[in-house]
Amino acid sequence: MANSSRRDFFKTLGIIGAGAAGLKTKSAGAAPVKIVSDNRMGVLVDTTVCIGCRRCEFACKEAHNLPTGNIEDYDNRTVFEQMRRPDTKALTVVNEYPGTDKKSGPINVKVQCMHCDHPACVSACIVGAFSKQENGSVIWDESLCIGCRYCIVACPFQIPAFEYEKAIEPEIRKCDFCWERTKKGLLPACVNICPVEALTYGKRYELIQEAHKRIEKNPDRYIDHVLGETEVGGTSWLYLANKDFKEMDFPKLDDKPAPGATESLQHAIFAYFLPPAMLFSLLGGIMWLNRKSEENE
Amino acid sequence: MEPSPVKKPFFTPTVIVLIILVVNALVWAFMRFVFGIGAVTNLNNQYPWGIWIGIDVAAGVALAAGGFTTSALAHIFHKEHFHDIVRPALLTAMLGYTFVGMGVFFDLGRYYNIWHVMIFWNGNSVLFEVGICVMAYLTVLYIEFLPIVTDRFIGRVNFRGILSKLNSMIDTLLRFVDRSLSKIMFFFIILGVVLSCLHQSSLGTLMILAGPKVHPLWQSPISPLLFLLSAISVGFPMVIMESIISSRSFGLKSEMDVLSSLGRYVGPLLGIYLAFKIGDMAVRQTFVHLTEINAASIMWIIEVLLGVVIPMRMFFWDKVLTSKPLIFTAAILVIFGVLMNRINTFIVSYTPLYATEVYWPSIGEISITIGFVALEILLYRTLVMIFPVISQPLERIRLKTKFAAKGVIR
Repeated sequence: MANSSRRDFFKTLGIIGAGAAGLKTKSAGAAPVKIVSDNRMGVLVDTTVCIGCRRCEFACKEAHNLPTGNIEDYDNRTVFEQMRRPDTKALTVVNEYPGTDKKSGPINVKVQCMHCDHPACVSACIVGAFSKQENGSVIWDESLCIGCRYCIVACPFQIPAFEYEKAIEPEIRKCDFCWERTKKGLLPACVNICPVEALTYGKRYELIQEAHKRIEKNPDRYIDHVLGETEVGGTSWLYLANKDFKEMDFPKLDDKPAPGATESLQHAIFAYFLPPAMLFSLLGGIMWLNRKSEENE
Repeated sequence: MEPSPVKKPFFTPTVIVLIILVVNALVWAFMRFVFGIGAVTNLNNQYPWGIWIGIDVAAGVALAAGGFTTSALAHIFHKEHFHDIVRPALLTAMLGYTFVGMGVFFDLGRYYNIWHVMIFWNGNSVLFEVGICVMAYLTVLYIEFLPIVTDRFIGRVNFRGILSKLNSMIDTLLRFVDRSLSKIMFFFIILGVVLSCLHQSSLGTLMILAGPKVHPLWQSPISPLLFLLSAISVGFPMVIMESIISSRSFGLKSEMDVLSSLGRYVGPLLGIYLAFKIGDMAVRQTFVHLTEINAASIMWIIEVLLGVVIPMRMFFWDKVLTSKPLIFTAAILVIFGVLMNRINTFIVSYTPLYATEVYWPSIGEISITIGFVALEILLYRTLVMIFPVISQPLERIRLKTKFAAKGVIR
């Protein structure tokens, strides 16, 4: 009897090993593919050009079927008294900051999803509802989302917004880089409407060259920093400014991709399911030894 | 001493209070599912996670650690001495994890999609790892509980009327389940411990992704290890606390010799946890944050001093181990410490980039969290009255049958 149970013990241990091996391949296959294509698109935001007309806010709402209100209302500059953040009803907002001196007017900064090259939300999402597309867009798939809001916890720019007021089918909303429009060859709605060409749409690497060219040509006009070139591993949206980005409420971030630390920790614990399988065998061995010593007594 | 269903009246004044708390939570639960998360919670885009994640899930998982630590001690390290406490610890873990699942269910915006986790895997997501491990472990806990169910009903299936024809069939089925399970149970026992180690630690990895939003006192690269170590050290204090409360509530004699030998493990375990916590602090030089007085530094000191250092010293003291009120106090302090740690890591330390307000749980959130705890206690009381969970001295001497030897008195 004792022998047969010990045989069972090993038989089952074997089955677990096989099972663990099977799980390994499955999880590797299901991991989201991170496509960072060299030809991915981006937008260069030149905050020194922006006049704060907020037409981009209007166009964005229109493109995403959100209530827009009257276009004249967007000329109201009193909204700049408070710093605003994108939310479920406005995927992009423009804020205003005082200029470097009295002569130069105020600085306007458009805020929306930065479309990171290594997005924290894509890494975080429990069901892989977020994905980085080949053209650079980070988009959200409604059909997968379970509404856990870990993307909001993870985002280094505090961008995704959740419809807390909805009991059924609440959505995560954020700028999708006009995924539906760019698919058809159209410009993103905000870029399309911008009357002063503060927004430039193009291949990300070309935009970076262009940004540095502008800095070189007008060293007085810009500080020597293209925000988004290296921050959190690079973002599709890039910013130029004439004063420190920190003074315009941009977070101070380092150049490591946001999900780097957790993904390497996670993958170390689950490297080919080896550590869990080893722990299982170790515990199985201890259990077997303890049983055996009891049988011998 | 054999486990058997407790025969005591169900209702006591405490039970009535617990029922009122559950009813209150039901009202709020109704509001949550009809009017949405925003209607009952203070959560928003700055603070996406509140006490339903910080307490119900993170602390709930840690405080249910009594299940795997006790089962490892009794079954894997084969300390026969502790067999009497395995079943109560198992039941607490089973209920604890069930309520962790409930907490998640309440917190999810699209709770009806919760099954997506099993199908759409994201291997890069820490939350996915936690989710899938908790689901698997919950299943393992139910399987581990099955022998207690078969114990209760083998030879006792007694339907009347038309159903009586099923009696022998169900009995055969129960005996079959019991026999098969006893052969493979070791597999589930080890699996339970492995799964616990995995998700207890991964819970600590969750907030690393939030980066600078989490206060450096809790934002540590070894956070998964700290979470695992603290979960292991809170397991036995939970068992001690429960055992003392339930024996008091049912008027049974508590098994002080078992509890004090269990308590002997707690001091060293807390010592290891504290060593890593302080070591991490020294390496990353985060002690500089303790020189300023603010919510974070005060909470850290309360958590570590009251929840780790003092109970650790107490558990190393023989007088504490042999005295019921003292060991109870020490156990409560450890539990408090781990609860504080989870609240601190998930809530207190979290500062949004563009914070315009400070998160404080709403009455609805608190009501539902308290309601979960109350319901859990009520279910525990109900289940120990139905199933042979708590070991009690045999009242009458009877002939022992095969199953009486395993705990059912016939």
